[in-house]
Amino acid sequence: MSLQITLLGPQPRPNLQQAFRDLDAEALVATVTAGWQEREVDDAELRELVGLRTVNLALHARCMAVYEEDREYAHAEREHGAALAELRQLYLVQLDHALSAAYDVARRSDARPRLRNRALTDSLQVVQLLDEQHMQRVSEFQQAFYDAWRPQERAAVARHRDEIQHVLEGSSALAIAGGHVGDLARVLHLFHLAPHLPSRVVAWSAGAMALTERVVLFHDFVPHGVAQTEVYGAGIGVVHGVVALPHARRRLRVGDPIRMSVLARRFAPARCLVLDDATRVPLDGEGGLPPDARVLDLEGHIAKLEAA
Amino acid sequence: MTSAAPKRKLAINRLRDRKPLDAPAIDRFLARNEVPIVEGARCTFLCRGDADEVLLVQRVVGLPEQIPMRKLRGTDLWYLVLELPEGSRVNYQLEVRRGGEVERLNDPLNPKLSHSPVGTSSVCFGHGYETPEWTEPDPAARRGTVEEIEVQSRALRRDCPVTLYLPARFRRTSTYPLLVVHDGPDFLQYAAAKTVIDNLIDRFEVAETVVAFLHPKDRLTEYTNSTAHSRFLTQELVPRLETQLPLMGRPSGRCLMGSSLGAVASLSAAVKSPGTYGSLILMSGSFVFTDIGNDHGGGPVFDPVVKFVNRYRARPTRVADRVFASCGVYEPLIAANRSMVPTFESTGMTMRFVETRDGHNWENWRDTLRDALSWVYPGAQKFVYE
Repeated sequence: MSLQITLLGPQPRPNLQQAFRDLDAEALVATVTAGWQEREVDDAELRELVGLRTVNLALHARCMAVYEEDREYAHAEREHGAALAELRQLYLVQLDHALSAAYDVARRSDARPRLRNRALTDSLQVVQLLDEQHMQRVSEFQQAFYDAWRPQERAAVARHRDEIQHVLEGSSALAIAGGHVGDLARVLHLFHLAPHLPSRVVAWSAGAMALTERVVLFHDFVPHGVAQTEVYGAGIGVVHGVVALPHARRRLRVGDPIRMSVLARRFAPARCLVLDDATRVPLDGEGGLPPDARVLDLEGHIAKLEAA
Repeated sequence: MTSAAPKRKLAINRLRDRKPLDAPAIDRFLARNEVPIVEGARCTFLCRGDADEVLLVQRVVGLPEQIPMRKLRGTDLWYLVLELPEGSRVNYQLEVRRGGEVERLNDPLNPKLSHSPVGTSSVCFGHGYETPEWTEPDPAARRGTVEEIEVQSRALRRDCPVTLYLPARFRRTSTYPLLVVHDGPDFLQYAAAKTVIDNLIDRFEVAETVVAFLHPKDRLTEYTNSTAHSRFLTQELVPRLETQLPLMGRPSGRCLMGSSLGAVASLSAAVKSPGTYGSLILMSGSFVFTDIGNDHGGGPVFDPVVKFVNRYRARPTRVADRVFASCGVYEPLIAANRSMVPTFESTGMTMRFVETRDGHNWENWRDTLRDALSWVYPGAQKFVYE
């Protein structure tokens, strides 16, 4: 069964009725608002916007219930989280230097363009190597944790997984809201949603990021200056070849083509998809981006995919 | 050829040209203008009343501590125009001399006050300075809780009160970094620390953090390189909190913060236990030192501080991974704080140094909290995409 996926930009009032308009009036839409953390239950407006019967999978609450019921697992996951955080800090230290070098090289005006471009390619390869190695390390850590603790065999997790699978089997569509992408991706993995998705999925902001193979965190306007754009880890991987950038114009220095070019080239051949306010990107039957999707081109400008 | 627009006269000069320049004209002038009158970089301070002499009293390094105001001829209005760089914030008072009497007072024409444990003073917001909105209570922000605890200290030979802040949504199944704050009650009262921390955590700019606000008993002893105080922190307070609360319990999750002598106490504790604390926040540190001789000018209270800082500067050591330091450029301590930057950097510690156009006061430290805390314990801002 092929998935029909629509990615949305930040939506104060998500345009969901358009995405679900051809569903039967009795259709059930499952929702995920776990990115809102403990505010997960404040979904009255979302239910209204869907305009159909809805059921919130309550992944955050289920995760909290698992921790409460299985303290041993909760402790292990906390330790695992701390190790991942340390791993991330070490990656960020390296990334900081490597990215600074790439920007410095790209901005050199006293070198011949041909030589500068070669040097920039070399610098980007270093950044890409760090990204790949970090993804690999995170993946190994996750695998080792799952192998050691086998959440699928722990009663609390297994019970919730069964319940979620059952709900998803009876749902015509799934809507995934934004919020904290780290928490969202974690519960999507923990409760193993990927194999059980209904045929139609609509996701926005962090929800869109969590569907991709590689979650990339970015924010060029943090209080103490600029935070480096970083690879965080794997999403559930049902959207391929895309780096989702919600709030791109608000969170990225899109007026700095050198910086944006480094971003686009760093993740190529994946496309850096700009998901600004009210953007709607229906993927085609093979999961590809439509020609009018807006992406960062290799020169660092926002352009339609067909022109990039 | 285009000519530049003529410079508009200062308000005080326009007033001087007015005829008749009588009391009602001055009444109208004062009613129309916020005092001090800020016109670009130029700030006009005013005082009205009979006096022999009126002086502006402030402690901006580079300016005389007392600057005479001028009397507008034929009136009882005194004025002084000062140039203040963009973003400046200056605390001041007025000194009025009349007959043989001298009265020092806050500016009666200016409602803005700066508060501290030693009282209030008037404050001038230079062009471009605004009180950061994140220092004001935000009704939408989730609020952490505070509770008072006591920690028995053998090192200090007393029961030490500590105000403990737990972030909103505090859960025992989670783990938190710890921030230890010197001069805790002052940070809470005069630097709006709880409001600021609530807001910054709620906006994902700062990580959910447990904060221990310390209550000093005799800060001139405890905060001036005291071994007893350092032992209290490292061997008593932090281990107890890490036993009783879900704290990270690693250097990267421990930070000492202080301003003025509190910064000395923070550095001193880290020096005595290198590697225990991952981060230090040192605001306007009283890092008084001498390059030769003992004439440091700080009085006997600073003798142990000078000894400590001189020793550290002679043989600097890596005591934490990251040091955030800040200082107001109008403070007498600015040179000392700038001098510490290369000292810290020479040890391989990651250093961030921030200068503000402000003085040695609590509002300065309040305004620096966002820079400091979001750097030491960055929040989930990068993770949140609504």
